[in-house]
Amino acid sequence: MEQLYNNLSLQFELNDFMLRHGTQASFIAKREQLVSLLTNLRDIHGYTHLVMVTCVDWLEDKLFQLTYIVHNHHDQSDIIVKVLIDRDMPEMDSIHHLWEQGRVFQRELHEMFGISFPGSPGQDEPMILEGWQGPPPMRRDFDTKEYCEANYSNRERDSREPEEHMQRKLYPED
Amino acid sequence: MSIALKIVWAFISLGVVTVWGLTLNGIVHKIFARVQGRLGPPVWQPFIDIAKNNAIRTAITHGIMFYLGPVFRIAGGIGTYMFIPVLFGSAYFSNFSMSGDILLVMYFIFFGQLGMALGAGEGGHPYSAIAVSRGLAQMTAFEVPFALSIISLVVQYGTLSITEIVAAQQGSFLNWTLFTNPLAVIAAMIAMLGMNMYNPFSVVIAPQEIPIGPPTEYQASFMGLLATNRGIFAGAKLVLYMNLFFGGATNLPILMLKTFSIYMFSVFIGAAYPRFRTENSIRFFLKYPTILGIISVLLFSL
Amino acid sequence: MIDNEINYDSEPVANAGDNSSNPTTSAYPDWRKDDNTLTNAGLPDEEQEWFCDARPQPARKSWQPIEDFLNWARANSLWILAFGTGCGAIELRPLVTSRYDISRLGMQPRPTPRQANVFMIGGYVSIKTLKRIVRSYEQMQGPKFVVAVCSCAINGGMYWDSYNTVKRIDEYIPVDVYVTGCMPRPEAVLAGFTKLKELIKAGKAEGQNLYAEKFDWYKENQKKVIKDWNMPDYNW
Repeated sequence: MEQLYNNLSLQFELNDFMLRHGTQASFIAKREQLVSLLTNLRDIHGYTHLVMVTCVDWLEDKLFQLTYIVHNHHDQSDIIVKVLIDRDMPEMDSIHHLWEQGRVFQRELHEMFGISFPGSPGQDEPMILEGWQGPPPMRRDFDTKEYCEANYSNRERDSREPEEHMQRKLYPED
Repeated sequence: MSIALKIVWAFISLGVVTVWGLTLNGIVHKIFARVQGRLGPPVWQPFIDIAKNNAIRTAITHGIMFYLGPVFRIAGGIGTYMFIPVLFGSAYFSNFSMSGDILLVMYFIFFGQLGMALGAGEGGHPYSAIAVSRGLAQMTAFEVPFALSIISLVVQYGTLSITEIVAAQQGSFLNWTLFTNPLAVIAAMIAMLGMNMYNPFSVVIAPQEIPIGPPTEYQASFMGLLATNRGIFAGAKLVLYMNLFFGGATNLPILMLKTFSIYMFSVFIGAAYPRFRTENSIRFFLKYPTILGIISVLLFSL
Repeated sequence: MIDNEINYDSEPVANAGDNSSNPTTSAYPDWRKDDNTLTNAGLPDEEQEWFCDARPQPARKSWQPIEDFLNWARANSLWILAFGTGCGAIELRPLVTSRYDISRLGMQPRPTPRQANVFMIGGYVSIKTLKRIVRSYEQMQGPKFVVAVCSCAINGGMYWDSYNTVKRIDEYIPVDVYVTGCMPRPEAVLAGFTKLKELIKAGKAEGQNLYAEKFDWYKENQKKVIKDWNMPDYNW
């Protein structure tokens, strides 16, 4: 994996290399180079399987970290490519032309984090949140509890001590 | 006997066969449940279901054919039954067998399914349309061996009247068509498997793939009507088979015993075998039972 | 095991106003044309004529002894429409196997809402699911009963602060019996059905009429959380 990383480093600007379990490498790539890096990984190095695309919200650093995981079926190794993008202008190049299923992940990220992937098919259609009008709910500055209390009514909770309650229910005369 | 009295008796016998057919349905559910290691619903469950379905307070419709679908279905059931002599030699339980023959009965058997196909088609549910196309394809296939075995019977006895066919089988059980023309009986019994729509020919109602088959959109008293017809139609088919192939019956206990045994043939096979796909079942019907039917026709006509 | 709290007698909750009785606003909300007609405003123009625009009316009961008999028949022939929204969907499968076998009680699962009597909601209800629930519930015919399984359906359960989960189903459709637990065992679900049978036999399970009577209240509640209403106002 180190050799692969060093080879890639000649072409791409990578840093923060980390190796876990011998088969799981992760590093941070530049935003502009991501699509060509993934194309390289897919076509030359045999990482043909896109496992997932997900996002981490670094609220304090004002960054979104997009995480692409690709898998090589020949040596069962994974590569985790991380990309940091600006949180205020969340926009990223789409990878749906590399992996058809990428558009589903991108649609979800657009819905849950508000990250836009220009050109990704159907990313404006609602996926899970039909008719959602609030801010993207998975961002960390979105207060779910507040939103929930404002929109959905609560049932009064009636909490009982199980032991006492069952005793009163089973042996009411005591 | 005057015609008015005959009509009264025909409707009484219709009531009898409805009750008997629904009871048979209940018994069949019980048997299927026992085969699967369950207790199963009570035998009278079909009656409760009919009462409940007819008691439903709201119903929706999709148009005139949607109304007429179940009506055609039950008309097919009643029509089939009305032209079959139920008890041989009985003045009361012979329905209108003096005026109709076996061709009319065959027509009525398929009339109901065609009407149902039209009605279910108007329901607009895609699953209904799928099930209707499957059902009609399968029906066309099992009609071939059934018609061949009827032709063989007609050639054998030289008559189209069911009463005369039953009369020719009286005397000893060796006179039954089952023993005088076994190939035709085998072909017709296999066709009955398709008619009853238990496994392996249950793809029409296939509850696992397309929810419930043609009546997907039917509810409330439409369902009640269809469930009632299931009793009448099962009874009519069984009585017809008993008359044609198993020597008829001269009293009600014999009728119940014989129809029960004929039904069990289809039920045992249904409980033991998996399901055919549509194309498999069509190929099956057009292969072995059709060949048997053709041989039996040739045997009696040459 | 069973939460026996049924909100038939309770008044509508305060935060959902009943517009029809409120003279200060316009006489009808925008989804009602007049007393008996709905606008179906959420539908596109070409679909308007596909759907009925009548408002549901409470059904009349028959003469009491006949009604008692019919209630007995209803209780003994419950056809279930299982709506597997969450983990509770798993609990119906054991019920039809040989171990629990609900068919001996005259129940059977039914694949289409048109023929079902009992609507079994298994688990949490998100907004997207709620649309389907309302649609399926309104497509069911006749006296129809709702059994809500799992604590999520009762008060949100572990989704008590979720942005997308409604916490009380009985604000959106009338619920007859709740079965508590996370997950309730199949025995508990069976006990819930037994309770439902008792309610039906006593003539207390009139959720359909309740829905028709308090239709405005239920509709307002539904419209409040379902922001993109692109279905008919009542799915006949």
